[in-house]
Amino acid sequence: MSKSGLFKSSIGRKFAMALSALFLMIFLLQHLVINITAIISPDTFNELSHFMGTNPLVQFLAQPILIFAVVFHFVMGMYLEVKNKAARPVSYNKFNGGANSSWMSRNMAISGLVILAFLVLHFIDFWFPEINTKYIVGDMSGMHNGEFRYYEELLHKFANPARVIAYIVAFILLALHLMHGFGSAFQSMGQNNKYIDGLKKFGVIYSVAVPLGFIIIAIVLYVTTLN
Amino acid sequence: MTKIDSKIPSGALKDKWTTHKNNINLVNPANKRLIDVIVVGTGLAGGSAAATLAELGYNVKAFAFQDSPRRAHSIAAQGGINAAKNYQGDGDSIYRLFYDTVKGGDYRSREANVYRLAEVSANIIDQCVAQGVPFARDYGGLLDNRSFGGVLVSRTFYAKGQTGQQLLLGAYSALNRQIGRGKVKMYNRHEMMDVVVVDGKARGIIARDLVTGKVERHSAHAVVIGTGGYGNVFFLSTNAMGSNGSAAWKVHKKGAYFANPCFTQIHPTCIPVAGELQAKLTLMSESLRNDGRIWVPKNLDDVKAIRAGQLKPTQIAEENRDYYLERRYPAFGNLVPRDVASRAAKERCDAGYGVNQTGQAVYLDFASAIERYGKETAHVQGLNENDQALVTKLGKEVIANKYGNLFQMYEKIVDENPYETPMMIFPAVHYTMGGIWVDYNLMTTIPGLYAIGEANFSDHGANRLGASALMQGLADGYFVLPYTIGDYLAHDIRTGPISTDHPAFAEAEKEVVERLDHLINNNGTKSVDSFHRKLGLIMWNKCGMARNREGLLEAISEIKALRDEFWKEIKVPGGRNEFNEELAKAGRVADYLELGELFAKDALLREESCGGHFREESQSEEGEAKRDDENFKYVSMWEYTGNPADAILHKEDLVYENIELKTRSYK
Amino acid sequence: MNLKLKIWRQQNSNDKGKIVDYNITGISGDMSFLEMLDVLNEDLIEKNDTPVSFDHDCREGICGMCSLQINGEPHGPDKGVTTCQLHMRSFKDGDTIYIEPFRAKAFPIIKDLVVDRSAFDRIQQSGAYVSVNTSGNTQDANSIPIPKEDADMAFDAATCIGCGACVAACKNSSAMLFTSAKVSQFALLPQGKVEAKKRVQDMVAQMDAEGFGNCSNTGACEAECPKGISLENIARMNRELISAKVAVKH
Repeated sequence: MSKSGLFKSSIGRKFAMALSALFLMIFLLQHLVINITAIISPDTFNELSHFMGTNPLVQFLAQPILIFAVVFHFVMGMYLEVKNKAARPVSYNKFNGGANSSWMSRNMAISGLVILAFLVLHFIDFWFPEINTKYIVGDMSGMHNGEFRYYEELLHKFANPARVIAYIVAFILLALHLMHGFGSAFQSMGQNNKYIDGLKKFGVIYSVAVPLGFIIIAIVLYVTTLN
Repeated sequence: MTKIDSKIPSGALKDKWTTHKNNINLVNPANKRLIDVIVVGTGLAGGSAAATLAELGYNVKAFAFQDSPRRAHSIAAQGGINAAKNYQGDGDSIYRLFYDTVKGGDYRSREANVYRLAEVSANIIDQCVAQGVPFARDYGGLLDNRSFGGVLVSRTFYAKGQTGQQLLLGAYSALNRQIGRGKVKMYNRHEMMDVVVVDGKARGIIARDLVTGKVERHSAHAVVIGTGGYGNVFFLSTNAMGSNGSAAWKVHKKGAYFANPCFTQIHPTCIPVAGELQAKLTLMSESLRNDGRIWVPKNLDDVKAIRAGQLKPTQIAEENRDYYLERRYPAFGNLVPRDVASRAAKERCDAGYGVNQTGQAVYLDFASAIERYGKETAHVQGLNENDQALVTKLGKEVIANKYGNLFQMYEKIVDENPYETPMMIFPAVHYTMGGIWVDYNLMTTIPGLYAIGEANFSDHGANRLGASALMQGLADGYFVLPYTIGDYLAHDIRTGPISTDHPAFAEAEKEVVERLDHLINNNGTKSVDSFHRKLGLIMWNKCGMARNREGLLEAISEIKALRDEFWKEIKVPGGRNEFNEELAKAGRVADYLELGELFAKDALLREESCGGHFREESQSEEGEAKRDDENFKYVSMWEYTGNPADAILHKEDLVYENIELKTRSYK
Repeated sequence: MNLKLKIWRQQNSNDKGKIVDYNITGISGDMSFLEMLDVLNEDLIEKNDTPVSFDHDCREGICGMCSLQINGEPHGPDKGVTTCQLHMRSFKDGDTIYIEPFRAKAFPIIKDLVVDRSAFDRIQQSGAYVSVNTSGNTQDANSIPIPKEDADMAFDAATCIGCGACVAACKNSSAMLFTSAKVSQFALLPQGKVEAKKRVQDMVAQMDAEGFGNCSNTGACEAECPKGISLENIARMNRELISAKVAVKH
């Protein structure tokens, strides 16, 4: 029968989800590392941001891959969600999912959509202005009044408490998403061996630490603007 | 009386099967494509037969009343499957398996059939392993064995307490392969309603689609019945709720002789009946008797205290316990055959020593096994053998590893932890050795109609040894029927397809529909189950573990009266052309109400005690069964003439050329 | 005890179906759940009502025929049991119990609580076997020693009873646990390795074609499986499928 491609099978699609997830998790870690510098050393943050914003490899290779991964992860996730919903056309009158599985595992689509909504906000906040400045206006200097503008822009954004709260909520959802997603990705890739227990523990640490890091950064920046 | 020809090949016992295979007709592969075979029932026997026949090239139509062949009750067999592999080097051989089986069956089975069974037993294990059946293995990676009742060697292969499941799933996988290839057309949720006999030969069946209610005609060149036993005539048994004797009874009514209907196995280790509304009894594998010790208190005062809840079994001192099997049968102890163990339990309970509220239970105790294994493990691991807590813990682990699923099952049902307190057990109906009479080729007295597995009568005599049912089912299905059926079908290569337009099909269908309509339209007041329960009580009280003339005569008239009442008072809700479980059940119970009477009639005729059939009139002074070889060394074969009471008796004399008939002793 | 039952009634596959309320009295804790339904049915027959259809057979937890979503969980609230092994002592007097069929597109309803699980059969027919004929001449069973650990793992996978609780519990109606149990059993044994690559691809393709959902690793299947079939089997099947697909591409 089927000798067709990997990604035509349900398992293949989940494998692709897992691969994109892994890539995104690595990106997230890298993003966090750079952002942490914002609350330690604004200068380092500025330098790193300028490098990331102007390096052609990052801009024209990594960035498109990242965008593709995000879009793919979202589109595939939604596609699978729709298929999964269709697999049970008549739902139960009573369904006690809590008896056998965690809330986050059953609601990846919800946490995913919240994260997506956050991404839109995030793009409006940072990415669109950045792209506009660099490629529409054509200012690749990264300078403003003789200083790097990145840290200033960051502070400016986080002066608004509503935004800070929105970010915190999104990161909590991100934590929940990761809490299930991390282990799930390895399971989808067929990794269930003697390392899996350690990996799962690491997954929990990662899922809490990374979003928490972002939350702390957001709060610290907000507090900084108060002074 | 017609001459009974069991077609046993001549020659030395050990050469019979080989010679027979060499001499029977074969059908060439091209011609097999022109031949259809119907297999009714797809458990261990039917499933393996359907798969093998399809592999050989026949077109197979297989029928199962459940939603999948994987549900057949073979799946519930727990303990294991015997095979004369002698992997343990403990002196096993084909002859010894043959001998044990004939002796275990109390010399009421056919030598040649049993020898063949023992002969192919080793092939079964090879075949199953090749199919990927995950039998238990030892640390060297080789197959493990355990020991079962009535034998002195370890020849039982097992997969924890789920051997039947694994073997059935093996046969099911072979069947699936053939379904996938299109060689087997599987009809799930279909029940055989009748066999169609055209010009004296079985040429098809009438079946009912249990989902739509549609009555269908199916034709073939031969029909194989693998529909299991009729233990549910007792209502309460370890059989599945749907297990039924209807296919066997229908072919009997069409001319197949029914053999030894009274030979029923009452299994000693079942969970006792808990309440009046209980629908089903649960077996605890015989393998438990490897390690469990059966006892009741020695003193009636202790029994009273236990029933009153004032005393726990664990509080009764060793010297106040009566390990009655070890006492009565020192050589075999707790591993006596099933019939012996069951009767011994009944004897103690009748004497007032039963340990539950109803007085119908004995203890099966693992405390000493836990202690023994615990010490052994502690010794092997170099731990302190005198640390009681540690020994108990280790011992429980060993027991859990061996019987974990059974212990869990017990706890779920009874709500007591068998690791801490002895299990309570009592005998229950489990298997029927009697069944459709077949010759050496497994053909019934209707040409072209075969019966295999528990549905036939052939191999277990008056009592079946543990772990032999799986062996027989697979032997018949994989290794016997596929050969012997060719001998018959070789004459059918030019017959061409069988038409379902023959008047015999129309007539059979009409009868089936009329009976269904009658049941639906009767508009009585009593449910199917109410009749089934009543029948079960009559059977259990009068045709159960001990039978006597008076009781059997009563049973016969009571069953007849109940049958008359059934046809007057039965109430079946719903219609015929729909999914209607009550209607299906009603048909089965109607058949049991006839079969039960023949059962009692057969038991009345056999004025001897042999195997599972115990006539109170025929016992030794010590209460052991007394066989009467002079007058009853035969198979009773019943010919249907329109009423169970008028069934005509035929006899197949049993000839023992290789085994000397002895009084069975396990002392 | 007295109970209020909310049972899904549906005349046939075309009927829309609805929840119907029943009151039942005098139920003892020692009864099994299905015996409680037997009592209800006897009562319904008495009242000239139609009894509730439900699948059941062995009533000892091994045939896999019984099903039922009980208060939102397949085989009810107890773990490691089938509905026929569930006893009424798990409920309290006055409880309301929802009884619904296992729901999935791939398990169409036949009547009331009876569903058609033949999709499972078709998955198995697509490859859950070793292609060996019955000849009686296969090699001796002990000629290939199999490490006890592998044999035990294969056995654990093989204990699946095909009841469909995994599908019923899964929010996606995924049949991954069922399919992977069978794939694993054969993948772990030398006899099954020969056809392993083709088997896993064919079985997964059939599983997808039946309309089951995708696995999102919630673990509900493992938690509700009456036989405790492990999620490791799903990981193993994922591994087998991915490597088979990659290998075939070469």
